[in-house]
Amino acid sequence: MANAERRYSKDHEWVRVEGNEAYIGITEFAQDQLGDIVYVELPEVSSSVEKDEVVCAVESVKTAADIISPVSGTVIAINEELADQPEMINEDPYSAWIMQIELSDPTELGELMNAAEYATYCENEE
Amino acid sequence: MKKTPVYSTHVELRARMIDFGGWMMPVQYSGILEEHNKVRESAGLFDVSHMGEILLQGQDALGFADYLVTNDLCEMKYGDVVYSPMCYENGGCVDDILVYCMGDEKIMLVVNASNIEKDFDWIDSNTNGFNVTVNNVSDSFSQLAVQGPKAQQVLQRLTSTELDEIGFFKFRENVLIDNTSALVSRTGYTGEDGFEIYIEATAGEKLFRLILDEGGSDILPCGLGARDTLRMESCLPLYGHELTPDITPVQAGLGYFIKLTDKPFIGKAAIKREMQEKPRKRVAGFEMMDRGIARNGYKVYDRDKKEIGFVTSGSFCPTLSKNMGLALIDAGHAGSGNTIFIEVRKNLIEANTVKKPFYKKKYKK
Repeated sequence: MANAERRYSKDHEWVRVEGNEAYIGITEFAQDQLGDIVYVELPEVSSSVEKDEVVCAVESVKTAADIISPVSGTVIAINEELADQPEMINEDPYSAWIMQIELSDPTELGELMNAAEYATYCENEE
Repeated sequence: MKKTPVYSTHVELRARMIDFGGWMMPVQYSGILEEHNKVRESAGLFDVSHMGEILLQGQDALGFADYLVTNDLCEMKYGDVVYSPMCYENGGCVDDILVYCMGDEKIMLVVNASNIEKDFDWIDSNTNGFNVTVNNVSDSFSQLAVQGPKAQQVLQRLTSTELDEIGFFKFRENVLIDNTSALVSRTGYTGEDGFEIYIEATAGEKLFRLILDEGGSDILPCGLGARDTLRMESCLPLYGHELTPDITPVQAGLGYFIKLTDKPFIGKAAIKREMQEKPRKRVAGFEMMDRGIARNGYKVYDRDKKEIGFVTSGSFCPTLSKNMGLALIDAGHAGSGNTIFIEVRKNLIEANTVKKPFYKKKYKK
């Protein structure tokens, strides 16, 4: 279920903010569309990312999906468990974070959707 | 968008539907991995009604079919099925098809869905000198595939015809299933034992449900996603990928299905020349040595970073738990045991060429 504390991008990533840091993953809608996830290409720790830039990828059996960063900043951690257990994203997409980013411009968060807005957005995508 | 006669059942089963060559087709129901494994271990049911059927009728039906394809059909008898590429004069591929011998003057060609009209036009334009009529009867049939080690056991519950008597690449007509007459062949596209069933279009949906009901826990409905991973592990070519107007069957490694006997066929001169001179490019199998999945169209390089070709199909292979694929590359690199590099999102990932097929199971032949 989409949670009120999270923000959502049009590319179906979720962002959970803790202070000046944000965890980023893909949404339930995204994992459902992708199907069985078999590989997560993780970004490099300490690399800097720009909002709307492709930073890594999630691959299902059928297809590869770019992960487009919803915020700008520096990657300070990656979820290395996903390297060997990519299916964690299918099982619980809101726990299986992909990367943690230290925000360089927290005002960007204002451009993301809240849970209700994102739910409406997904309805129109289907 | 075209729909098969089974469409509403796919929707009811909550399949994810995609546009496949102009057809609304199920890509998956419960999930590609689960469906793939079910076919390898038990049985899967596929709606492949999008495939086309073209009937050749007349005194020269068999001779005409023989002229269209690279394989040799002259030994074909009633009840035989033969697989063959069908080529242009330059050796490029029009399609790869199944030929069903339904009598001295009646041949059915089963063609790929996205090629139905192109194939019909090609076939119809080459009848000069043959006493034959060509009819596209694709809309008259539903086609279902029951595949997997338990395929026969499941299907046998629905018919009194002894399915064990249908050999590999043989068919029977007038097989009564639920009081409807069907043509059943022991053929498929998964690398497993199994059957393809041709039945009047309107009976397809009911039969699909009946096979699922009778199969119970032995069978799952399977979509095009699993069909693709299953055929790729078995290295069966997919038209538009390993075979195209630019990729000859020689390059695709289908020499077994090319017979340079006395018979003339369209493309023979070009194919003969290419076989004698050895093809410059070949479709090689490969296994990724480092993390990453190769996808259709990705570029392939040698150790010196010289571009040597491109990936035609690539995926995670569920049965083998490896990332593998097929690539059309310079022939010098195509033998097994070579190191190649595949460009995955700007990174060059190491891969080894390996023997085809990746997966092979022994079953009734």
